[in-house]
Amino acid sequence: MKTKNFLFIFYILITVSAYSSENQNKHLEVYKNLRCLVCQGQSIADSNSDFAVTIKLVVQDQFSEGKTEDEIYKFLISKYGEWIVYQPSFNKNNFLLWTLPYVILIFGGFIIFLIVRKTKHTNVN
Amino acid sequence: MKINISKIIIFSLVVFSLFIFWQGLKKNNNYDTKNLIGSKISKFRLIEINNINQYISEENLKKNKFTLINFFASWCSPCRIEHKYLLNLTNKNKDIKIIGINFKDKKNNAINFLEELGNPYSFVGKDIDGKISILFGVYGIPESILVDSDLTVIKKIIGPIDQIQYEEILKLAQ
Repeated sequence: MKTKNFLFIFYILITVSAYSSENQNKHLEVYKNLRCLVCQGQSIADSNSDFAVTIKLVVQDQFSEGKTEDEIYKFLISKYGEWIVYQPSFNKNNFLLWTLPYVILIFGGFIIFLIVRKTKHTNVN
Repeated sequence: MKINISKIIIFSLVVFSLFIFWQGLKKNNNYDTKNLIGSKISKFRLIEINNINQYISEENLKKNKFTLINFFASWCSPCRIEHKYLLNLTNKNKDIKIIGINFKDKKNNAINFLEELGNPYSFVGKDIDGKISILFGVYGIPESILVDSDLTVIKKIIGPIDQIQYEEILKLAQ
């Protein structure tokens, strides 16, 4: 009986601890993607400023209310603008930021292809 | 004459990059939350500093022609500087009601602050943990937000109110 009780308590503790650790990780991921607006180059996760502490409380509250990560970002963006998130969402103002690296990659590949073809052609001749 | 496509592409990319860089230099990078102007304020519930049973919400602000929501604290020295302008606003324009939100402060210190400098507020609420300030897009104090009866933000002042901003508030609330 004693062993059964022990195992039951052990199971409960492990479950609670795993759940709490999962929540902490989820919160940390959000803090890392939020910029501390009053610090220099720090995320909310890295900062202990008044502003960062308050934002952490708000994020915790919103998670407890059942809001998703995206909903939390949306709420904070509506208050502080896109600047508050390190990873901005794709929109008409920043589409170049997202697409330009791919465009340059494709162009770069094309240029390399042309150079290689030209070199081969010259070597054959 | 043979056109070298790769040279044209590289040249275009360099010109384009320089253009983007030049545009970036022209852009003002000072962060502010002036983008909130024109938007509606969020729902809130503000508890009175002296009486936990008394509170106001955004619905109460609809009754005022204009409301200036001012975030202050006794430990904030710029708040002392702007205080005379808040008192003047209350005396000068009866259409503007000022709501004070006491930010992360001790109750007694806030009461002493208002006794010493005067109370320009029609309601003083407390924001002990700062969560209400987030609803208003505040990231430091003092900050003031002027809203009309539709709860639309018409002006946001980051930092202490000075003579110029004081006059601007009076002009906007005519």
